Order: sequence, then C-alpha cells, then structure tokens
Amino acid sequence: MSRISDRFDRLRRDRRTGLVTYITAGDPSLAQSAAILKTLDATGVDVLEVGVPFSDPLADGPVIQRATERALASGTTLDGVLQMVADIRPDIAAPIVLFSYANPIMRMGLAQFTARAAEAGVDGVLTLDVPPEEGREWHQAFTQAGIDMIFLLSPTTSTERMRKAAHLGRGFLYGISRLGVTGARTDISDAAAELARRVREVTDLPLVLGFGVSTPEHMQALGRMADAAVVGSALVQVIAEQGTDGDPAAAAATYVRWLRG
Amino acid sequence: MSAVWFGRRDPDARGYFGDFGGRFVPETLVAPIESLEAEYFEARRDPAFAAELDRLFRHYVGRPTPLWDARRFGDPCGQLRVLLKREDLTHTGAHKINNALGQALLAVRMGKGRIVAETGAGQHGVASATACALLGLECVVYMGTEDMRRQALNVFRMRLLGATVVGVDSGSCTLKDAINEAMRDWVARPHDTHYLLGSALGPHPYPLMVREFQSVIGREARQQCLDQTGQLPDVVVACVGGGSNAMGIFDAFIDDAQVQLVGVEAGGETIAAGRHAARFAGGAAGILQGTRTWVLQDAHGNVEATHSVSAGLDYAAIGPEHASLHASGRARYEYAGDSDALEAFQTLARTEGIIPALESAHAFAYLLKGAHGLAPGTTVLVNLSGRGDKDVQSVAALLPEGHHVAHQ
Repeated sequence: MSRISDRFDRLRRDRRTGLVTYITAGDPSLAQSAAILKTLDATGVDVLEVGVPFSDPLADGPVIQRATERALASGTTLDGVLQMVADIRPDIAAPIVLFSYANPIMRMGLAQFTARAAEAGVDGVLTLDVPPEEGREWHQAFTQAGIDMIFLLSPTTSTERMRKAAHLGRGFLYGISRLGVTGARTDISDAAAELARRVREVTDLPLVLGFGVSTPEHMQALGRMADAAVVGSALVQVIAEQGTDGDPAAAAATYVRWLRG
Repeated sequence: MSAVWFGRRDPDARGYFGDFGGRFVPETLVAPIESLEAEYFEARRDPAFAAELDRLFRHYVGRPTPLWDARRFGDPCGQLRVLLKREDLTHTGAHKINNALGQALLAVRMGKGRIVAETGAGQHGVASATACALLGLECVVYMGTEDMRRQALNVFRMRLLGATVVGVDSGSCTLKDAINEAMRDWVARPHDTHYLLGSALGPHPYPLMVREFQSVIGREARQQCLDQTGQLPDVVVACVGGGSNAMGIFDAFIDDAQVQLVGVEAGGETIAAGRHAARFAGGAAGILQGTRTWVLQDAHGNVEATHSVSAGLDYAAIGPEHASLHASGRARYEYAGDSDALEAFQTLARTEGIIPALESAHAFAYLLKGAHGLAPGTTVLVNLSGRGDKDVQSVAALLPEGHHVAHQ
C-alpha cells in the first residue's frame, strides 16, 4: 500500500479531517522550502504538496504566480526540486506529492522523471494540465514507478469523467471546490458540498478539497464533506510575507496550527 | 463560404495532427472545451451558420479580397512573379477578422454574451472588439503591457469599439502572458464566457476551428491564381506567429503536392535564447497553453523569453498543425530577422505603394533575401496578412535618422 493510501486509511479510522498543505518549491529558496516542509511535517500535516515552479502557470492565481516567479528567480528547477525531496525524505513522515505543469516533466522525459521521482521518495504527482484523456501514457509510466497519479475534479467535471479519473487515479482525488484559478477566498461555496456528494456516488477513493481555504472555519466546513482540506495560496502568502530575512518555516507552522484550531 | 469546406482535414478524435495538438488543460476547462467542440461541430454542419458567415464576409469584411500581381516588388526578389493576397484590405486591416467573426457567431449560437480574447499586435483584439460591437457582445481583451506600449494605437481602437483592455504585467508582458490571463478569466467564468482565441493554437478544437475560419483566404487565392495566371502558384509563403494566416492560406494547397509551402518565423536579432521567435530553429517539442507543439524553452522546460520587432510573431510556441506539417515535410519553415523585415517593410511600400504589417513583412523579407534558389519567373503567392498603419510609429522610431529617405 502506498504511503498516501496508508495515511488516508488512518485518517478514516481515526475519524479525523486531514490537512494537506501546498508550498511552491524554491520560494524563497530550496533550502528554506526544505526547512518549511520539515516543520510542517512536525506539526502533523497529513500530505505535503510541493509545487514545481513553471514559467507559465496558467491555472494559478496571483499569489502562486508571484511565488513561482520568486522560485524561478532563485534558480529553482525540477531537477533541484527532486534533489531537495531526496534530501529531506528520510526526515519526513508525511507523503509528498509533486504539483507540476506538464512541460518541465516532458522536458526531463517521462521515464527519467518517474525513475528519479521514485528514487527521491515522491509518493504522488498531480500534473495540472494533464486531464485523464491525455493521461494514458503518463499513467503507465507512473504506475510502473509505483507513484500515485492524482487527478483534479471540478464542479464542471461530468460524472462520466469523474469515473475516468477515479479509475486512473491513485492515492486521492483532488476536488476544486470553486471555479477559477488558485487563491484564498472569503467563503466556501455550496459547490464544494455538491461536488463532494457527486464524487462519493462514484468512488470511495479519498477526496481532498481545495482552492480557497484560509481560516479554521473553512477547514471545518470542508472537513465535514471530505477526507482532507488543502491550504495553498493562504500558506504561500504567509511564507511570502516573511520575505528573505524572516523565518518562513516558523511562520508556516504557526499558521497551520491556527488553521487546525 | 460553403459548408463543404468544413471537415476536410480534421485531426483525430483527441485533436492530434500526427504527434502534435491534443488538449492539455486544467480540469475546469475540459467541460467548456468539450461543449465548444460539440457546438462547433454542429455549427459547421449547419448551412444557416455558413450562410450567415458568408454574408458577413462579403458585406462586412469586404471579401473576396483582391489578388495583386506585384510586378515592381518581384524585381528585387530575383525576378520572381509575386502575387499578394490582400488580407490587409479587409475591414479592420488584417486576416484576424475572419476568425473573430466566426467565433463570435458561434458564441451567439452558444448563448454566451461575454467574450474574452488575447492580443499581441492588437489586430486580433481589434477584430474581436469589432465582432463584439457588431453582434452586441461584451468584450474583454487581455494584452501584455509591453505590447500595449508598442501598439498604443490599437489599444485606443479597441476602447473606441467598446472593449475593455486589461494590461497583463506578468512574465514577459507579451502575447504568451495575455493568453495565460485570458485562460484564467475563462476558468473562472466558463458558463457565460467564450474565449475567442486568435490563432491556430491552444487546445483542440481551437487549432482546427481557427484554421477553418481562416481557410477562406487560401480558397479565394487558389481560385484567383487560376483565374488570373491560368495556373497554381509554385510557392506559397506566409509569416508564422501562432500560424493562423499561414494555415489559412496553406490549407487550400495542401493536396496540391507540386505547390511548395513556406512559413517564415521571426528571427529577431539573432538565433539565441531570448532574442528571436523561430520555434523550429531554436525550440523543441513541448506542451504549452493546451497543446503539444514546438516550444522555445530552456533545459528545464521553462518557456524562454522571445523577441521580435513584430508583436504578432513574438510568441514562444507555434500552432500544432504547423508542427505536423514540419514533421511530414509538407511545409518548410524559414526565418527572417528584424532588420530584414524592416527593409522589406520599406521595399514593399516603395515598389508597390503598400505598407505591410511588420508581421507580413517577414514573408517579404524571405523573398528579398536571395530567393532561395527560385528561378526567375517562379510564381510566389504571399499572404499579405495585414496592413502596416499600426507599425508606422514604431518603425519611425527604429529607423536611423534619414535612413528611410536614403534610398530615394
């Protein structure tokens, strides 16, 4: 059983809502990202999502776009992200999921990427611009390497396509609770409840809901509908506010503890 | 336009032309794109849709556009016979209007009242704003702030036409970044918004749909060549940014194996990272903005900055059907640099009394630079994709003092 499935099994057994965190690797530097991930793990985060910066992040809102620009400016590459994950893996208990756009992976080559990711101890990969229809070749490569391929679901996803994602996907499904690009919101929409209900009819794969979480109230609201909630842009913003001289790891841990209430 | 011209050379069911194309989009966009595909396939089978587009082409755009036998320009090109397809004479002054009207009609048919579009040189933005004004649609145009500076006149034109122009200051502040921003807008409002993509790029069905709306160019030109010269041209040349004017004119000739097809990319200052936009000269296969194609990128898969004197060619990827024509060898791709394009811009003006868009000037520059072994008398059809009024100010700033009179 994968590290991801194991973690979600435990959450269900304990009747606890999981917390998934997203950070952009290399913002402000890979060394800082390593420190942030270790600290988040120590606070008991259930899944660590690590964003691979890409020059054209068209599914991301302004907060992650800016983080991406800072990460690229600090010289971060997919190669460097894999190296960083390999370095911290022995010290981290939580599963690690890479968030990437297709092109950096294609450039490295699917076979080389999956081999290196597996070796580094990456547990899952979510490629934002590879929907299930384009995912066959990817799915094969990930399966061979023993890496979970994770798919997104949105309120516009048809039930038929949810089945496809549930069939190809491993580990968990990532539900986007609102339309639009990534970014913190002030409320959690009813669309999240509706999406969760529709997903549950199709599969019992773990479901995490994201896009918009920024308060403990959001966490609780999403927790009633899904196995875990994702905090992304709000956490990236907390890290950004530390600048290059602050202590982003400590700030991130404080923020995550507050979120969990 | 007759419905018989639609559906002649479709990509496969997943939107691939050979190894290129597809639909690499964030999940939220899959449903609106699937619905767009279904609506487009239905519309192109509907004679009433084709008839309405044909009516607009004739009476609003001014089609058919003329084919001009450019005798004086042919001389400095090594005595070639150069025929100009005058897309610069369309309403709004560039081929972009063909596709903008087609997609705007489709939006009306889909019941979507809001259009978002990206623009580089501003010509597609102007065409979209025009189509929206005509059909009563709300129009939001995303444009890189660097392009807004280079094409200030077109920004004003779009606003006059009632469009909202939104500056994009991320990345390189050019066409690629405007496309990212238009897609982000569409992701947030797929229910009431149609994304009117301006080139033969992006996820399926855009490359097919844009090519089919632009194919009127080649269809007219092929018949005009036969009528005016009694034969098909030996060579067809067009500039290639995303590649819609080139696909539009190539399309009618693809089955004419004896006709050479040449696309001319922007060579910029020199073929080095960040200083050009010649994808086949400096790029590699990759995935950008929804499609698998040739992309200018670094060793880590990040998209490289591009440069061209012409905003409309200043883009890091090329339409997937061009990548397929390149792979099969059916079309050949060359490039022309900034200074050669500026020279051609002036040469066409002086020899024919026609000021071309800087984009189109790249196609003329290719012919002026030695004719590439073409024998005198060879007939070359060139797509004069747009007029150069929008570029006059920036060309004036670029030419050394007195340079433009030195040839008198």
